[in-house]
Amino acid sequence: MKFRTFAAFVGPSLLLMMIFIAAPLVSVLWQSFHLTQNVFETVETERCTPGFPNAVCETITVDRPVLDENGEIQTVTSFVGWQSYSRVLDPDALGAAISSGDWWSILNIDFWGALRFTLTFTLVTLPLVIGVGLLIAITVNNAVKTIRGPAIFISLLPFIITPVIGALSIRWLFVGDGILTALMESWSGQDIAMFAQGWTIELLMMFYRVWHVAPFAFVIFYAGLQTVNMDTLESAIIDGASRFERLRYVIVPHLMPLIVFIALIHLMDSYRVFEEVIGFRSEAHRISLQWLTFDYLTPDDSGNRSVSRASASSMLTMVGIVILLVPLLRRTWRDHKGS
Amino acid sequence: MSSIPRAMQQPLGLKFASYGFLAFWCLIAAFPIFWVAVMSVKTPVDAFASSPLDVVFGPRTLGNGDGMSVFSILLLLTLLVLTYRVGARHLGKWVEQFSPPGLVIIGWIIGSIIFAIGAAFLMFGIYPFVVDLIDPILGPLGRPVLGLTTEHYQAVWVDNEFYTNFLNSMLVTAGVVTISLTVGTLAGYGLARSGSNLAFWLLIMALIFRALPHSVLVTGYLPAFINSAEFLEPILGESAPTLYGQPWAVIVVLVSINQPFTIWMLRSFFQNIPSELDEAARVDGCSHFGAFRRVIMPVMWPGVITTGLFSFLLAYNDYLVTALLLDQQNQTMVPAITGYFNRETTTTDQVEAVAAAVSIIAPLFLLVMVFQRQIVSGLTAGAVKG
Repeated sequence: MKFRTFAAFVGPSLLLMMIFIAAPLVSVLWQSFHLTQNVFETVETERCTPGFPNAVCETITVDRPVLDENGEIQTVTSFVGWQSYSRVLDPDALGAAISSGDWWSILNIDFWGALRFTLTFTLVTLPLVIGVGLLIAITVNNAVKTIRGPAIFISLLPFIITPVIGALSIRWLFVGDGILTALMESWSGQDIAMFAQGWTIELLMMFYRVWHVAPFAFVIFYAGLQTVNMDTLESAIIDGASRFERLRYVIVPHLMPLIVFIALIHLMDSYRVFEEVIGFRSEAHRISLQWLTFDYLTPDDSGNRSVSRASASSMLTMVGIVILLVPLLRRTWRDHKGS
Repeated sequence: MSSIPRAMQQPLGLKFASYGFLAFWCLIAAFPIFWVAVMSVKTPVDAFASSPLDVVFGPRTLGNGDGMSVFSILLLLTLLVLTYRVGARHLGKWVEQFSPPGLVIIGWIIGSIIFAIGAAFLMFGIYPFVVDLIDPILGPLGRPVLGLTTEHYQAVWVDNEFYTNFLNSMLVTAGVVTISLTVGTLAGYGLARSGSNLAFWLLIMALIFRALPHSVLVTGYLPAFINSAEFLEPILGESAPTLYGQPWAVIVVLVSINQPFTIWMLRSFFQNIPSELDEAARVDGCSHFGAFRRVIMPVMWPGVITTGLFSFLLAYNDYLVTALLLDQQNQTMVPAITGYFNRETTTTDQVEAVAAAVSIIAPLFLLVMVFQRQIVSGLTAGAVKG
């Protein structure tokens, strides 16, 4: 295919990606070093209150926003260096926490707490998703043909359901005296509140994520199981391999590329955990990196969005995903050079 | 069973464990969704009762005079099974039978819409009518035994005008699916047929873009979108629009965010189409575009339908982009639901939020029913070969 034809085919898609993915990255980088503020002026005014015999007057200074000729508030954008980053990272509080030896208080700073949660969430759910997905795939593959269709249908439901709604539907089972909380209370005889402390919410969020993604892993493993080489399996039996050994030495190596694929996708997706925070309304206890940026971008009570801090936290989030992806990219590069 | 060699046959205990786990998983997978659907048709007291039996049978809902008889339950179950069978088994065949060649995708769209409207008509139009007609005749079988009320759905859809959010969702979703497939098929085909280094690097770049958190990108758009009227003015003149709050701007953003995934997926589909096909067309004197249009387009629909489904899910399920880039007037359904739980003060509000949530996932339910096979084959084709 000639370059011109290739460019014509790929052009529209590439243009969209450049304008709406690459360009925003550059602008986020720029925004993270700049700060846009309203221009204020200090004016002296005389304020009088009625009095007798003369009005009581005092001179006060007030700060008020400067208006331009259209009557809108003037803004000025200035270079602020690393200021937005330091407001996100909060090195003073970090230093104080480290020097006092109170490591847990680091997690009270929004960014570090969010980073801790995001990483724990990603790394804990990863093996669970792969394990549960593989288990479902093997059991569905093991079942008789007639129940496979309905089983796949039911299994797909958690995967396609809107994430916010999925999180909400699990929340409603536990919130207050929801039926599952009531059930646990009658078992344990204690009063249980699932949404009163951070770690129970965190467990529910992880449970939700595994529930939501395991079907995806299942479908892919299920397809992989259809192509397992029967001859290899039979020769393993002849050699006296037990069921577990056959799974360990024949089936899992066959599925290895798929396991890597799922691990990669899951790494990307769970690093940007966000909908769980909305659905479980955990923002008082647990927040994620992406939610932190979202929160900066949401207008506060006076209608301002802290774009600079959002940009700084975006850049830091991005650095994180690049670090996670570097080993993979190096491997691809080596494979490409080798081929 | 005879086809399985004796040595591979499983002992009873293992079989039992295997089926047991499968049943357990299906229970976990379906239960939250089933339970939410049950809650949405009860009065608040029943919906949040701590005894599960009260939630299922709804004594207080029944006490208010809203309920279903044994007959109507059986009728409803029959209708649901029938809908599932038609959707899962027959719809695909009918579409392929009746749609003219080359227009299969339009056939699918029309078929799905007719199916959805038909299902809605059956459930909300014919079913209550038949039940009202027959229940009084049946005596004990016609007496209500199960509490059920649709008042929360009425409150959500009619009083709170949820249909405007529904229409916005449909607009955004339809736009995203159409544009991202048009742009994506071209790029996917180009990438699949070009073995050059450039194509490789484009795919790697797309992979990195795929990994970016969406909030990073939205941080880039938001200030630009709010002030777009100012800096588009030199180009577009007085009529320069403010992009913030415009559904079509959100469509373009979602299409772009979705492009990396779309081109990866479509590329692996195109690689499965033998390149001898378009080479033959080229030998016969077609240009590349001619070959694409005449030879590839007729055979590419399975891949396009599957990729379209995933674009649909992305646009329909999105919360972050639509919540930040659209204002209150043209909000889509998923962010709109947070409005319910921000004012979730009374239990009635809570059940209305549940009803809104069920309204959002109902179309997805029909979608899996119809496209189950395409979703499975699409995921596997994309993953196993790519």
